[in-house]
Amino acid sequence: MRRVSSGGPEIERLIQLLAKLPGLGPRSARRAALHLIKNRDAVMTPLAQALKTAAEQIRVCGVCGNLDTHDPCAICTDISRDAKTLCVVEEVADLWALERAAMFNGRYHVLGGTLSALDGIGPDDLNIPKLVARVREAGVAEVVLATNATVDGQTTAHYLAGALAAAGVAVTRLAHGVPVGGELDYLDDGTLAAAFRGRKAL
Amino acid sequence: MSVALSQRHADAAAANLSAPAPRALALTRLTLADFRSYAHLKTTLTTQPVVLTGDNGAGKTNILEAISFLSPGRGLRQAALADVTRRGAAGWAVSATVQGYDGAVDVGTGLIAGDGVAAARRTVRIGGTAIGQQSRLASVAQVTWLTPAMDRLFIETAPSRRRFLDRLTYGFDNAHARRVAAYERVMRQRSKLLRTGVDDPRWLGALEETMAEHAVAIAAARRDAVFRLEGGLGAGTGAFPAALLAVEGWVEAALDRDSALVVEQALRDKLAQARPLDAETGGAAHGVHRSDFAVRHADKDMPAAACSTGEQKALLIAIVLAQARIMAGAVGAVPMLLLDEVVAHLDRRRRRALCAELRALGAQAWLTGTDRALFADLDGWAQFFNVSGGTVAVETNGLTS
Repeated sequence: MRRVSSGGPEIERLIQLLAKLPGLGPRSARRAALHLIKNRDAVMTPLAQALKTAAEQIRVCGVCGNLDTHDPCAICTDISRDAKTLCVVEEVADLWALERAAMFNGRYHVLGGTLSALDGIGPDDLNIPKLVARVREAGVAEVVLATNATVDGQTTAHYLAGALAAAGVAVTRLAHGVPVGGELDYLDDGTLAAAFRGRKAL
Repeated sequence: MSVALSQRHADAAAANLSAPAPRALALTRLTLADFRSYAHLKTTLTTQPVVLTGDNGAGKTNILEAISFLSPGRGLRQAALADVTRRGAAGWAVSATVQGYDGAVDVGTGLIAGDGVAAARRTVRIGGTAIGQQSRLASVAQVTWLTPAMDRLFIETAPSRRRFLDRLTYGFDNAHARRVAAYERVMRQRSKLLRTGVDDPRWLGALEETMAEHAVAIAAARRDAVFRLEGGLGAGTGAFPAALLAVEGWVEAALDRDSALVVEQALRDKLAQARPLDAETGGAAHGVHRSDFAVRHADKDMPAAACSTGEQKALLIAIVLAQARIMAGAVGAVPMLLLDEVVAHLDRRRRRALCAELRALGAQAWLTGTDRALFADLDGWAQFFNVSGGTVAVETNGLTS
């Protein structure tokens, strides 16, 4: 009943796989497939090779959960980075975002998600026990909680603050509030309240 | 207190005279696809009020329901998304052009059918971009409605009154919708943990902390909304009765005595103590989901539930009009008003008063009724449509064109 593209099973399979990528639906997958085929030498073959290499060589860092070709990853083995400060993020994408900003010189810990009873994700499904052990063993002085300002991110931060309370480290959290270049008049009350709560001495 | 409030309202009204005229939110286009009785419908409109007349069951309320889906929530019938789909169709869509604060914005929402792999899901688009959170709709389309089902609002249980108050609050504070959704999500998480017997005090404590933070913000927004509404209602509006409003709930009351942070902590403690009980009932014994919206008829000094059916309806209209008036002053925008079968239940005096008020507000009100003659006060100003058999036709001078 569902009509397939008229290009044969190879193209159809390619389209189906592309459609599984985040942000791509069936239409954009078809467009991407056509683009790849049209640009076989410039895009398709290099992409196929890059995918193959990545699939074979990239692994999850056993220490922090980052992705790298080495385990432990380059950040965990970089001796110029401060091992006493640990920044906790939800996903590897968040780690990359912080690295792009290039203003944090400590190490990371990737949770792999947030606590969500509705989705059946509990503390043991996240990298939390490993985080607590790491903080106890590695002589960490400060843990920066950089979970997102979503409901689940917020709950996870509260949980971590509790879990780390006994470890004798300073637990801090990224400030939420007035965005850079923001005008107070345009902020909603919740953001203003968060900004007020997180105010600091100048 | 109520004298001070009406004085405040008078001052605000006086200030409005010199301020630029507020903009009324209005639909200039409405398109439905596979929505209830409509296979396809496209109408273009001016910003004036819209009157839909037709027989019972012609599909008038369906159009209002479609518009109500342009604001957060499940529409004016509180329907399950799949129930809205036209029989035989796989999904539905409502799209519209909203003339708002800064020009026109295209807004669309609908149910995308599942394809065996993905489940059916609601989609929301603002200005052509897909939006993950439907609560964002509150910042574009503010819609307030009155339906015959709400005639029993004051007699019914608290949840429907609370929803009514929350919807009124969205108009003043469009982050409120997001906050309520977040609060409910955390509460569901906590209930699930308790129900499934996961005894992790730290996880529960984290959920309760998040819940308490949102609860206090929600309670504060509701209190603010009630305070503003009462300012608009204290004086009454001639034909419609003056009303005294209150939001009744532990969190809201606690904010009278203590600071937000103290209340937050107190609520966390109460929730922690209630865990064994909540594990049994499956709910949460404390929180802003238990609050109620209390309305009193000011002149009769009577709770609304004790008033006659007609007076209850008049109180509801007074509240909805007050919100529109206050939004015009405070936010600079008048919400769209969906008034389903409202006119038929008003006496001549109140009918005229309602029309005069709508004219003064410049609101795009959508009114329905079976009897065209009852809308005579809107002749020469509103847009009249005749609804029958899944089609909508423009009416001129009482004749269908």
